Amino acid sequence: MAHILDIRNLYKNYGSTEILKDINVAIEPGDFLVLVGPSGCGKSTLLNCIAGLEPTSGGTIDIGGRDMTEVSPKDRDIAMVFQSYALYPTMSVAKNITFGMKVRGVDQATQEQKLQEVAQQLQIEPLLNRRPGQLSGGQRQRVAMGRALVRDPKLFLFDEPLSNLDAKLRVEMRTEIKKLHQNLNATMVYVTHDQIEAMTLATKIVVLKSGIVQQIGSPAEIYNKPANLFVADFMGSPAMNLIPARTKANGKGTRIEIERAGAAPLVLIDAHAKDLPEDVILGLRPEDIAEAGFRAGEDVQEADCLIDMVEPAGADTYVVSQLGGKHVTARLHAETSAQSGEMLPLAFDLSKVSYFVPESGERLN
Amino acid sequence: MTDMTLSAPARAASRNWTRIALRWLLFTLLGLFALFYLMPLFVMVTTSLKSLEEIRTGSLVAFPREVTFEAWRTAWSGACTGIQCEGLRPYFWNSVILAIPAVAISTILGAINGYVIAQWKFKGANLIFSLMLFGCFIPFQVVLLPMARMLGMMGIAGTIPGLIFVHVIYGIGFTTLFFRNYYVSIPQELVKAAKVDGAGFFRIFWSIFLPLSLPIVVVTVIWQFTQIWNDFLFGVSFSQAGTQPVTVALNNIVNSTTGVKEYNVDMAAAIIAALPTLLVYVVAGKYFIRGLTAGSVKG
Repeated sequence: MAHILDIRNLYKNYGSTEILKDINVAIEPGDFLVLVGPSGCGKSTLLNCIAGLEPTSGGTIDIGGRDMTEVSPKDRDIAMVFQSYALYPTMSVAKNITFGMKVRGVDQATQEQKLQEVAQQLQIEPLLNRRPGQLSGGQRQRVAMGRALVRDPKLFLFDEPLSNLDAKLRVEMRTEIKKLHQNLNATMVYVTHDQIEAMTLATKIVVLKSGIVQQIGSPAEIYNKPANLFVADFMGSPAMNLIPARTKANGKGTRIEIERAGAAPLVLIDAHAKDLPEDVILGLRPEDIAEAGFRAGEDVQEADCLIDMVEPAGADTYVVSQLGGKHVTARLHAETSAQSGEMLPLAFDLSKVSYFVPESGERLN
Repeated sequence: MTDMTLSAPARAASRNWTRIALRWLLFTLLGLFALFYLMPLFVMVTTSLKSLEEIRTGSLVAFPREVTFEAWRTAWSGACTGIQCEGLRPYFWNSVILAIPAVAISTILGAINGYVIAQWKFKGANLIFSLMLFGCFIPFQVVLLPMARMLGMMGIAGTIPGLIFVHVIYGIGFTTLFFRNYYVSIPQELVKAAKVDGAGFFRIFWSIFLPLSLPIVVVTVIWQFTQIWNDFLFGVSFSQAGTQPVTVALNNIVNSTTGVKEYNVDMAAAIIAALPTLLVYVVAGKYFIRGLTAGSVKG
């Protein structure tokens, strides 16, 4: 199927500062693309370029199979939801939603009909005569979505739409956006700095840093096989454990040694890893380190570790141990008997392990 | 313990008493200031209502023994400015047909300028804004000669359109500053949202920004009206016999004496000349304060 959005070799400069460098992304109809990265990584600029609100400095943007690089925002067949909602303050909710249609000269009856459809869908019918100033944050959010929905565009663009809401409402609205995406089978591009939002909503994630794409992939790919140390550290909470280690070829596999202060090195044998450099960073998510006996599999290796800290979190208990000079977090079941200051046998699931080059941060396996 | 409970209400009472005393002191002081500022107005109003005879014999601050509106009638339609004796009336209307378009045009231009500079940033926008700000600080005297030459070249020297032109040019700096500062506090995402909705430059201005602008429009109108109505220098420099504004006519009335100085007519004329600005403040003063503080306090 044709790409509904196809960005090729996109560059964006402000003066001599490069904001975006050689961006290449393409999505299919029905995709939910999330642009994620720390603040200042260029993700909002990229979204503004897609919307046509920022001129590009190089490359092309196709929407619905047409080159839209130089086309003005109103002709791109897009709708956008902004972080501050950007509702027109002097207009009623109904006028806010129909403003675009009015500008386009859509006839009154159609306007009214579409308004009612959208209002019903978002359950904002009682609010139609109010001003934005009289609405709560969540209600404004709905109106902003209504303004986008009423256009029925090829592409929905969201610029951090949930960051102004409190934590509880954010989770609610997140679910609603996801539901909306499924019901409409719409194509969406969504900017966020929140990696949990990215994981829960996306069918495809682009991780950006300093205007450079770090990795593009499904949430599972990004989570399980991060392309470099930045992605490994940025995605997931608590973050992936990144432990300096030394390797040595050992028969068919590799012997991995991790230094420990005041104790013999921790030794693991990875039966599948091959041709690793001597120094690596070993990445293992907290949930891939369990209490011995609670994780089975041919790649699970057990070792005694000194527990420095125990952090019960309700559903799970996190324990922290010092390995390779780093605090390493393991996610244990809630009823663990782990005590800080005592030794505890931990199971390392090496089927999930990632290896990175320490200097460049690139993934090895 | 008992001592404490006994003395606590006493202390509270004495604190209360001090507060009331201070409050009274404050009101008395404010009252005195108000009286001080009202004094000239009082003298003007009472003098304008007296006959010349009474002014000569009575005290300056006394109430009129016999109230007469003769001086007001003379000031409005009979007082002499030089050789003509038509009173202030024709010049008052000159000022009206000068001030209304000048205020309207400079406010509209300021609104559009401010909207562009705050929301449609272009290369050099800040430089242009700084230059306009600089325009606010150019002393009137500096532009008199070049402006006279320019009005002559445009063929509108000595006419009311010429004066309107001068006031619009001089006002744009201030009106742009007011509107720019007001619009700069409006999130830029509003323009972006409207662009995605398909609205263009003027549509966004008309449908979204102007409806938001009432407070700053009021501030600008008051400011510009006061400036233009009260202006004397441009009025005296760029007008001819038939096109003088009321301030120039007032000066001429006060300076054209035929033996006796008619203080009551002078006072009445001065009040008539000041009435429109007073009226604007009374009607719109509430919005003036609100508009000046808008943007600085955001809810």
